[in-house]
Amino acid sequence: MSVQAPNPTSVDVRAPDPMLPRQFRIVETRLDTRDTVTLALDPVDGVRLEHRAGQFTMLHAFGVGEVPISICGDPTAPGPLLHTIRDVGAVTHALVTAAPGTTVGVRGPFGTGWEVADGMGGDVVIVTGGIGLAPLRPAILQVVSRRSEYGRVVLLYGARSPEDILFAEDMASWAADHDIVVEVTVDYGPPSWTGRVGLVTSLVARAGFDPLNSLALVCGPEVMMRYAATALVDRGVAAERIRLSMERNMKCGVGLCGHCQLREVFLCVDGPVLDYARLGPLMDIREL
Amino acid sequence: MRTLAEYLPEHPFFADLGPEAMELIVGCAQNVHFRDGELLFRAGEQADTFYVIRRGRVALDIHDPQRGTLVIASPGEGEVVGWSWLVPPYRWMFDARAATSVSAVALDGACLRGKCDRDPVLGYALMQRVAQVMLERLQDARLRLLDVYGSGS
Amino acid sequence: MPSGVVLDVQDLQVLVDSLHSRGYRVLGPTLREGALVLAEVRTLDDLPRGTGDTQAPGSYRTRDRGDEALFGFAATAQSAKPVLFPPDELLWTGTRTDPADVTAQQTRDAGTVALLGIRGCDLAAIGIQDTILAGRAAIDVHYAERRSAAFLIAVTCGTPAGTCFCASMGTGPKPGAGADLTLTELIDDAGHRFLVEPGTPEGAEVLADVPGAQAMAADLAAAAAVVSDATAAMGRHLPTDGLRDLLYASAESPHWDDVAERCLACTNCTAVCPTCFCTSVEDVSDLSGDVDERHRVWDSCFSMEYSRLHGGAVRTSTGARYRQWVTHKLASWTDQFGMSGCVGCGRCITWCPAAIDLTAEVGALRDEAAHRGAEPRAAGDGPDPRLLAIPTPPEL
Repeated sequence: MSVQAPNPTSVDVRAPDPMLPRQFRIVETRLDTRDTVTLALDPVDGVRLEHRAGQFTMLHAFGVGEVPISICGDPTAPGPLLHTIRDVGAVTHALVTAAPGTTVGVRGPFGTGWEVADGMGGDVVIVTGGIGLAPLRPAILQVVSRRSEYGRVVLLYGARSPEDILFAEDMASWAADHDIVVEVTVDYGPPSWTGRVGLVTSLVARAGFDPLNSLALVCGPEVMMRYAATALVDRGVAAERIRLSMERNMKCGVGLCGHCQLREVFLCVDGPVLDYARLGPLMDIREL
Repeated sequence: MRTLAEYLPEHPFFADLGPEAMELIVGCAQNVHFRDGELLFRAGEQADTFYVIRRGRVALDIHDPQRGTLVIASPGEGEVVGWSWLVPPYRWMFDARAATSVSAVALDGACLRGKCDRDPVLGYALMQRVAQVMLERLQDARLRLLDVYGSGS
Repeated sequence: MPSGVVLDVQDLQVLVDSLHSRGYRVLGPTLREGALVLAEVRTLDDLPRGTGDTQAPGSYRTRDRGDEALFGFAATAQSAKPVLFPPDELLWTGTRTDPADVTAQQTRDAGTVALLGIRGCDLAAIGIQDTILAGRAAIDVHYAERRSAAFLIAVTCGTPAGTCFCASMGTGPKPGAGADLTLTELIDDAGHRFLVEPGTPEGAEVLADVPGAQAMAADLAAAAAVVSDATAAMGRHLPTDGLRDLLYASAESPHWDDVAERCLACTNCTAVCPTCFCTSVEDVSDLSGDVDERHRVWDSCFSMEYSRLHGGAVRTSTGARYRQWVTHKLASWTDQFGMSGCVGCGRCITWCPAAIDLTAEVGALRDEAAHRGAEPRAAGDGPDPRLLAIPTPPEL
C-alpha cells in the first residue's frame, strides 16, 4: 500500500484562507413566516458573489458564530445576495433579528448545485417542504427563465400549517404566469383552509409528469426526502435522476473540519446536492 | 351527463372491478351534491354511507377545545370518504364537511355489506381497495405524526 | 542526494546546535512525569537516555533499558500533531466599531520548529495530514505555513512496543520518504553511533555542518538489521486486505453494540491519533462585544455535539460513533484521500481507558463477516423503507 510522503515544497503558503469571511451588509430583512426571514445582502467591497443554484454560504453573526445557509436568489439576476433563515439557535436568532445596516460575514459559495439544466427537454418534478423550498427557489427561477426548454414542471410543496407556507406569492406567480403546476399541502389546517391536507410525499403518486423523462429535485427534512425519493422510484423515476440536498452539522464548509461527512461523502464539497442512486444506500443505514 | 353506470367504473377506486361487480355496486349508488360548508356527517353518527368524490373537496375535522377545529384530511376529486361503513361499530370518527361545493356518489353501506355477504368475491375485492386507501392514509398520518417541519426538525 | 554519514553519539549535539544557530526551536522526546513527550531539547541530556516503554491496551509505562540508547522506545504519548496542528489555533481577530463596520485581521504564527526523533508512523501521519490539510482545494493556511517551515528528523524504530503495528500499515519501522534527515541508532562493538541519511536538500545542508564519517557497509548492514529485527518484534498486526469493503459491509453488524458496552466515548483515541484532523470553529467574544476571535479547535466524532443538527444528534449511540471512527479511519478515508488513515502507531490502543484494541475489533468484524456467509451484505441492504414500519421519532 502506498504511503503519502510529506512534501513541503508542494504546499502553497500563499493560498487564500478559506476561513476568512468577506463582509456584507444587510440591505433588507423580509419576514416570511413567524420564525423565518429572508436577508438581502450587499458586499461591502462591491464585488458580487457568483454562485450556482443549490449552493450555500457560511453566514457569520459577529461574536456569535457561523451557520450554513442556502442561497435562495436567482444566480443570474443582478441584485443583493438572498438567504432565507429560520430561527432555530443562537446564530440564526442573531441573523434573523439583525437590523438592516448590520454587517455579516460571508464565506462561500460552497457545495454542488442542482444543475436543473440537465432536465431540459423533459419534465421537472420538485418535491419539497418547509424551508426546503428556499434552496430550490434558484433552480425554479432558472427553469422559469428558460421555460420553453422544459416540458411539464410540477412543484409539490408541503408545510406544517397554512401560516408556515413559504414564498406563497412566488408559487402563485409560477402557477399563474409560468405554466408550473403547483400543489400545496399542509399537515393540518384551520376550517378556512380548503386546500390539501396530508404529507407532500402522498402527492407524488398522482402528479402529472413522465417518470421516464423527468429530473426530480427534492429538498426538505430528511424523513420527507427519503419517502419522497421512494415514492418517485415507485413511479418509475430512475434513482440517478432524483437529486436530494442533504444536511449535516457543518463547521468549515470546505472539507477540512470533518463534521459533514456521510460515510465517505463530504456534504460541503461532494454535496449537498447528490443523486439518490448514491445516497439511497447511505440513507438506509441508521445513525450513519 | 353520464349515468352512474358509466361514471363509476372510471373512478380510480373501482378500477378493474369488472362489469358484474360494478352492476352490483351501482345498485347501491346515487348521486349527491353538497353546498360549500354543508356537513356530510358528524362524528359519532351511524356510518352507513360510502362517498366517492366526483368534484370538489371534503374536509375531515377534529375539534380540540384548546386549539379549535383542525382539518386533518382533505380527500378530493378521484378519492373516497369513509370506511367506517365496512367495519363495526359502523360509527363515524370525524366530522366531514364540504370544503368547496361537492358532487359525489353516495353508496348505501348496508346495501353494499349485504351484497358482500352474499358474494364473497365482490366482498374481497372491495376489502382490498379499502385496505389500500387505509394503508395510504395511515402511512401519511404516521409521517405527519413526526411533525418534520416543527421547530425541532 | 549525498549518501548517509555516521555520527558518534555525542556529535548529535552538533546537529542540535546547528539547528539552533539556524533559528529552529528543537523539539524531541523527553521524559516528563513518567511519560515520553515532545518538549524542547537543548542538549543530549534532555533526551531520555536508557529509557524504554512498555505499552499494552490501556497501559503505558516507561522502563529502564539498562543501556545508553537515546531513542530506545516506540510511540511517544503524543505525536507531532499538537505541534504542527495545535489543539487551539487563533485564525483571525475581528473588530467592530459599530454594527455596520467589521474588519477581520488574519493571524499567522508559524515559528520555526525542528522535530527530532519522528517515528516512521508519525512521519507517515504528517504526510497524510499534508494531503488532507494542505493538498486539496481548500488549504488550512496555518497548518501549511507551520508545516513548510518545519525541519523533520526521523528516527528508525529499534524497539517496537506491544501496541505497534506500523509494519502492517507500511509506515515503519524504517521511516519512509519525506524527512529532512533520518537517523538510525546503532549500539554495538563499533560504538554508539547514528547513521544519518539526508532526505531533502535542506537536510543535506544541515548535515554538512556536522562532523561525520562516510557510512561503511558494516554500518549499513547494522542499520538494516535494526529494521529487520524490529519488524519481527512488532507488537501487533492488522491485515489490511479487503479492509474497506469489510467495514462498509459491516455497517449493521451487531459487533458495534458489543464495542459500545465498553467504549466510554472519552475521545482519547482521537486526541492521540496522529492523523485525526476533525476540528470545530468557535467564536470568542469579549465583554465589549466589539472583538471576535475565531478559533479552530480540535473536535472528535465521539462527542455527542459533533453530529448535532437543530433537532438532535445524528449519532446518538456510542456504537454508531465508534463505527464512524473506525469506518472512517480504515475505509472511507481511502475513498476520500487515497490512503489509509491509520499508520499503526498503536496510541489509540495504549491510551484507551477501556483497553479497546482496534486490531482486535477489526479481527472480530472479520470473524463475524465470515460467519455471516460467503458474501458480506452490501451497505445498501438495509430495511425496505416502503414496509409499514413506524419511523424512529427524532430526538426532542
